[in-house]
Amino acid sequence: MPGADPTSSIERQEARIAWALVLPAVLTILLVALFPLAWTVWESFHLHDLRMPWLGKPFVGIDNYVEAFGDPRFWAALGHTAFFAVTSVGLELIIGLWLALALNRAFRGRGLVRAAVLVPWAIPTVVSALLWRFMFEGQSGIVNSLLVDLRVLREPLVWFIHPAAAWVPVILADVWKTTPFVALLLLAGLQNIDASLYEAARIDGASAWRQFRHVTLPLLKPAILVALIFRTLDAFRVFDLIYALTGGGPGTSTEPIALYTFNALLQNLQFGYGSALSVIVFAITFCLALLYIRFLGAELTGARR
Amino acid sequence: MRPRSWWPGIVLALLVGASAFPFYWAILSSFTPEARLFQAPSLLPSQLVLDHYRALFSERNFWLPIRNSLIVAGSTTVFCVALGALCAYALARLEFRGKALLLGSILAVGMFPQISVVSPLYLLLRELRLINTYPGLVLPYLTFAMPLTVWLLVGFFRQLPGELEEAAMVDGASRLRAFWEVIVPLAVPGIATTAILTFVYSWNEFLFALSFTLGPERQTVPVAIALFRGQYQVPWGQILAAAVVATLPVTLLVLAFQRRIVQGLTAGAVKG
Repeated sequence: MPGADPTSSIERQEARIAWALVLPAVLTILLVALFPLAWTVWESFHLHDLRMPWLGKPFVGIDNYVEAFGDPRFWAALGHTAFFAVTSVGLELIIGLWLALALNRAFRGRGLVRAAVLVPWAIPTVVSALLWRFMFEGQSGIVNSLLVDLRVLREPLVWFIHPAAAWVPVILADVWKTTPFVALLLLAGLQNIDASLYEAARIDGASAWRQFRHVTLPLLKPAILVALIFRTLDAFRVFDLIYALTGGGPGTSTEPIALYTFNALLQNLQFGYGSALSVIVFAITFCLALLYIRFLGAELTGARR
Repeated sequence: MRPRSWWPGIVLALLVGASAFPFYWAILSSFTPEARLFQAPSLLPSQLVLDHYRALFSERNFWLPIRNSLIVAGSTTVFCVALGALCAYALARLEFRGKALLLGSILAVGMFPQISVVSPLYLLLRELRLINTYPGLVLPYLTFAMPLTVWLLVGFFRQLPGELEEAAMVDGASRLRAFWEVIVPLAVPGIATTAILTFVYSWNEFLFALSFTLGPERQTVPVAIALFRGQYQVPWGQILAAAVVATLPVTLLVLAFQRRIVQGLTAGAVKG
């Protein structure tokens, strides 16, 4: 209670206990997350190349940032990330909403469905990437065979040498893995909608479409926003999926910003430049995260104690 | 209720089919001889062999990454749940100044992109000579696992009725005894769910494990699988066998605890 003097000793004692309880976890987070983050920022203002230790670690101001903003590969990687985020999250929301509506109306088989949607979500991303790589691989892999048999393709496509075609398995793998999560979030939102609202809408003669448009969608908006922001944040730091599926290729045509940063750091050992890239990734996701906290945090901390 | 319609059933059947097919195909292919993997694939099993699994555990010693993953994900989970439970209890049930800010900050840290702390963690671990060691993986894993644990546990602790511990405290028990004797036993299902989710996240983690290990002796399962690919040929049979093996433990956990997991995931995000 801000402003109120904690006069009673019980309150003061409670606060003391509370701080003692949160301290170990909070110190851990400070040590392993916040302190390294500050270090990244510091590092980003220095020239630090582990391959050339004789250069030392001179302060270079914003040179690393200038270099990044003048680097076409950086802009390309940022573009790939944005493209991936918009496409995959868009598809996941549409399909997820459709699934959630179906799940909400289904009477039987919910357990089976829940299992079927949870398993792709729970397996390692690297594994799902490799499963999809395998299905799209080769002249006579399963996808090429099926598409040729169904006459969608006249001849097999070598998916991973076309800059545009290589995105297809990437997006599909992400949609396959994370749509379940979106559907579950939206289903929880749907289940919170009062059934009597539909009753009233029906009595007023509203069609199914109008019920969806004027009752379901507005009331589901918070859940949709949460899913949207949550998934966008995730999509913006995509790494595992693309590392294992295309390796960023062909060339660098599917390279996302996290993979470019990883390569700058651990392939080229440019720690100053790589740290500047890290800070940029952080700044972008931080802005997205602020939105998330505004929508969610208010609801959470405003809830009962 | 509204009249039953036909479309939800069809949508759900499609969904189950689409979710399951890649698994079906991977399992089937992991038992197919390497030479036939890319020759006129048939959707039904024909000639099944165990070669890939045998090679995986004899030539590749896939037990090693499994052991590494169990040790790293297990230690991370134990550490995070122990410290996280204390912290989450205070955040969920006690009143103190700065609580909202603290909760918001922990949530924010949980949403850090991992890549943004790779460089300092690498330099730090190198300085401490912890590259390619178990602590050198557990320490970085805390960055995402600790906020996740606290976040989930706060959600679970909030759902417990408040009168119980008040009653215990009226009976003369202290805060801490009330926590230990009343809250913890009641929260066991929530704590277990949190532990499972933390374990699954740690088991699946890739970027840190790739960055902070140097060779097979400390590689975790996802890293080992991703690096199977040789320079000239890709041992698809073994990759798929390894994928099946890596998927098995998390699949079993998820199937056994699906109801609780869904509860934990959605309660934290939607209702708070």
